[in-house]
Amino acid sequence: MGAVLRDLLRYNIEFRIGVLLTGIVVALSALSFVSPYSPIDTYVVAPDVPPNATNWFGTNSRGQDVFWQLTFALRNTLLFGFTVAILSRILSLVIGLLAGYKGGLADRVLMSVNDSFIVIPLFPVLVLFYFVLRDTMSWGLLALIMACLGWSYDARLIRSVAMSLKGREFTQTSIFSGMSTREILVGEHLPYVMPIVFSTTMNNMNWSIGLEVTLSVLGFTDIETPTIGGMIYWANQHTAMVAGIWWWFAFPVVAIVMAFVGLFLLAVSMNEYIDPRSRLARVGGGGG
Amino acid sequence: MSGYLAYVGKRLGQFVLVVFVGINLAYVITHATPIDPVEQSISAVTSFGNTAPEAIAEMRKSLRELYGLEGSGWEQYSRFWSRILVGDFGPSLSAFPTPVGTLIARAMPWTIGLLVTATVITWALGNLLGGLAGYYQKNRVLKAMGVVAMTLHPIPYYIVALLLLIIFGFVWPILPISGGSQMNLAQGWTLDYVASVLTHSILPALSLIMIGLGSWFLGMRSLVSNVVTEDYVVYAELAGVDRSRILGSYVMRNALLPQVTGLAMSLGGIFNGAIITEKVFGYPGLGTLLVDAVYAGDYGLVLGVTTVSILGVSVGVLVIDLVYPLLDPRVQVS
Repeated sequence: MGAVLRDLLRYNIEFRIGVLLTGIVVALSALSFVSPYSPIDTYVVAPDVPPNATNWFGTNSRGQDVFWQLTFALRNTLLFGFTVAILSRILSLVIGLLAGYKGGLADRVLMSVNDSFIVIPLFPVLVLFYFVLRDTMSWGLLALIMACLGWSYDARLIRSVAMSLKGREFTQTSIFSGMSTREILVGEHLPYVMPIVFSTTMNNMNWSIGLEVTLSVLGFTDIETPTIGGMIYWANQHTAMVAGIWWWFAFPVVAIVMAFVGLFLLAVSMNEYIDPRSRLARVGGGGG
Repeated sequence: MSGYLAYVGKRLGQFVLVVFVGINLAYVITHATPIDPVEQSISAVTSFGNTAPEAIAEMRKSLRELYGLEGSGWEQYSRFWSRILVGDFGPSLSAFPTPVGTLIARAMPWTIGLLVTATVITWALGNLLGGLAGYYQKNRVLKAMGVVAMTLHPIPYYIVALLLLIIFGFVWPILPISGGSQMNLAQGWTLDYVASVLTHSILPALSLIMIGLGSWFLGMRSLVSNVVTEDYVVYAELAGVDRSRILGSYVMRNALLPQVTGLAMSLGGIFNGAIITEKVFGYPGLGTLLVDAVYAGDYGLVLGVTTVSILGVSVGVLVIDLVYPLLDPRVQVS
């Protein structure tokens, strides 16, 4: 693992930028633990002050310091993406490995369900969820719902790898040595798909954070928990744009764009690392 | 040919399943709610101004029926389906008594017009540029384009739409930032009206294109850079075949096929994007309809738009899947 990281840092500029951007965002969110203000308290500082030496990112119309508010929002947003990614990874691993290994009827049933999930437009479905749940829609519940909806594409990817692993000799050896399906999947096949799992985690985080921001901006989530989308929602509610309080919008937008680009570059560079052809081309070996 | 027919049958079965799962999802979600949806919807509507008692009674009856709250569980479920199948979502609460179907039919051309145009432009442009970038890997301009695509690609629609709104609405106000056409123009095939529709669609379309372009560009670039290393391309180069001909007839053509399926897959994603884009620019399509319906607590309308979007996306994927084996002889239809 250490060697992989060293390689990536040395040869891959995308990875370096990705680490840098994600690092800044994570560091900012970690600062929330030393924040002098609580994220839900309002009117703790003078409202509508432009950025200055004490309030680095200015203050908003609700009397909150934008810098400290941003640290909380980033923490919640990142944690949200991470929760969705972990939960949906578990689902896609179980379903992908099982479908690929078992084949036959189990595969057909699982993949039919999978295909349905791939094409169903998620945004209207999430809006429908919010519509019927309203005030009971919490941060955690939304994460759970999105995890249940966001596993299908990656399950297909994992299945295709599992299908090729099934034909390999070591799988046959494992079967003949009397290993159970569970043992083969967890002990033998899982290590092979882990690289894909890592790179899709970043993509899945981007996907879930993007949807969360979109839903929050419209006010279709739990707006009391500070998130990046929530900050933009409140800024919209107070017509910050028209009032010229640009710092209320600008800093969360810059922060979230950094997070998106950072995570995306990490995913891209990892994907490239998994594919040996493009890795060779990069370090100047054969092919390219 | 019989192989293809069997394939069509299988895909049609899958299509029915997708729609079935999607609409059942909508049913389950609606019934999982802990609150009384009917009374909540009614109070949401009646809290503004006066509504006649007869109208409220009619609303309640139609809502209870639509939610399927009458009779046994099975009766509820079958009544729900029998209404959905004929496209009857009841009257809209926020625009009572206009039927939900009428509202959707009114919004649909806007969304389809914007979506189809933006998708086709994005797809064609992204694949062309991505193909060039994958083939001429040393070209500076194309390399820079790759960096821009990589930066834009992961940013959500909302942020890009917002940036365009700020730039063209406030900083350099040359384009209309809201609505589908000029308010005081009569609808029809007049030059003024068409021009007005077109100018109003520039910003929303631009935001869709800016975001969508990146993924096509990056996808096509990596596909082409894989095809370029194939033996037949190397052979053609050694044989001195014209480079533009290699790119057009040998490389792009083979790399394009996975992108055709991608086009269908992205219809779902772009629909999600269209919703937020429409809301930001006040475009009178399905997205604005859906969001406003949620604000107004209009259940029938929310369910109607959801169902229509599930149907639309599934039909899109079905059509592409049926055309695909005709394009690519390597796809085994059996």
